[in-house]
Amino acid sequence: MSNNPLHQFTITEIVPVEIAGINASFTNSAVAMVATVAVVSIFLIMGMGGRSLVPGRWQSMAELSYSFVADMVRDNVGNEGRKYFPIIFSLFMFILFGNFLGLLPYSFTFTSHVAVTFTLAMAVFIGVTLIGIARHGLHFFTFFVPGGVPAVMLPLLVPIEIISYLSRPVSLSIRLFANMTAGHTMMKVFAAFIVPLGFLGGWAPFAVDVALTGFEFLVAFLQAYVFAVLTCIYLNDSIHLH
Amino acid sequence: MPQLDVTTFAPQIVWLVITFLAMYFIMAKVALPRIAQVLDERQTRIDDNLEKAAALKKEAEEAAAAYESSLAEARSKAQDEVKAVIDAANAEQAKKQDELAAKLNKELEAAEARIAEAKDKALANIKEVSGEVAKATVEKLSGVSVDDAAVEAAVANAMEQN
Repeated sequence: MSNNPLHQFTITEIVPVEIAGINASFTNSAVAMVATVAVVSIFLIMGMGGRSLVPGRWQSMAELSYSFVADMVRDNVGNEGRKYFPIIFSLFMFILFGNFLGLLPYSFTFTSHVAVTFTLAMAVFIGVTLIGIARHGLHFFTFFVPGGVPAVMLPLLVPIEIISYLSRPVSLSIRLFANMTAGHTMMKVFAAFIVPLGFLGGWAPFAVDVALTGFEFLVAFLQAYVFAVLTCIYLNDSIHLH
Repeated sequence: MPQLDVTTFAPQIVWLVITFLAMYFIMAKVALPRIAQVLDERQTRIDDNLEKAAALKKEAEEAAAAYESSLAEARSKAQDEVKAVIDAANAEQAKKQDELAAKLNKELEAAEARIAEAKDKALANIKEVSGEVAKATVEKLSGVSVDDAAVEAAVANAMEQN
């Protein structure tokens, strides 16, 4: 085991695969992704197995996650957002459980990789832009013209609006990647002090790690929530323009 | 920093696409419809029960109103009957009283007639007796025999003066 706090982010190939010159190897990251999909599916499908009128604990949790995301979509997008609910729900649960499973010792956090978060963010960005153009045609580009502004200011403001629009996938992906990386690195840094400080001094970094673990659960939920809410807000912008 | 190792990007993105598409299809086709169905069923059941409760409440209110109206009807009917009985009794009593008064008046009249008769009789007796007493008194005092007619006239005169 390396004491390098960044070692935990290393991608290791488990089954090397190459398709048409592209490296499609099954890595530790892929294991975490497959595990996430499996756990979410089992949680929701088995949890609803009873389909009881009066839900038990497990079914309550499944229903709660459904209504949580459904309310989020309804509040931020309105009724037009209904058909995008499955994709937002999938995004939220995928990131949430990816973050949670990454907190297990010796596991891998695939959301701590910018390649993953940027792919997700670009998918959201491109999807939302295409929805906007499909709904409003060329009128969609009036989105970059702020209302109630003197015409003289427009040459300055329109480029700013375009830059802020284009920076959306960057901020969306960097936020998630940086939060997960920073949290896990910090835990590893403190963990590396526990054994060298021995029985007398080791308690202090250990206590910090206990606190950080709780904090990381909050961050894991919060980042999944922020990603999903921002996706809803971007979707709302595309559907309703301003 | 392993995150910036470009050679790992391809396998990560490939498996992200595979797993996320799988996730999306499992959610959209299996997991979410199941939850939606259960939530819908629960909502319909709740709405149904609320409707039933409202209907039953309406029924109960109608029954209470019907009971109230029949109670009021029975009360007014009873009052009418009591009034009729009281009226009949009053009429009966008035009739009996009238009859009694008539009977008493009749008896009173008869009694008064008898009294008047007796009085007349007594007065006639007094005339006769006083005439005889006066004749006897005059004969005794003066020894003169007085004519009956004169005595009678004197008595009548005296009685008239009184």
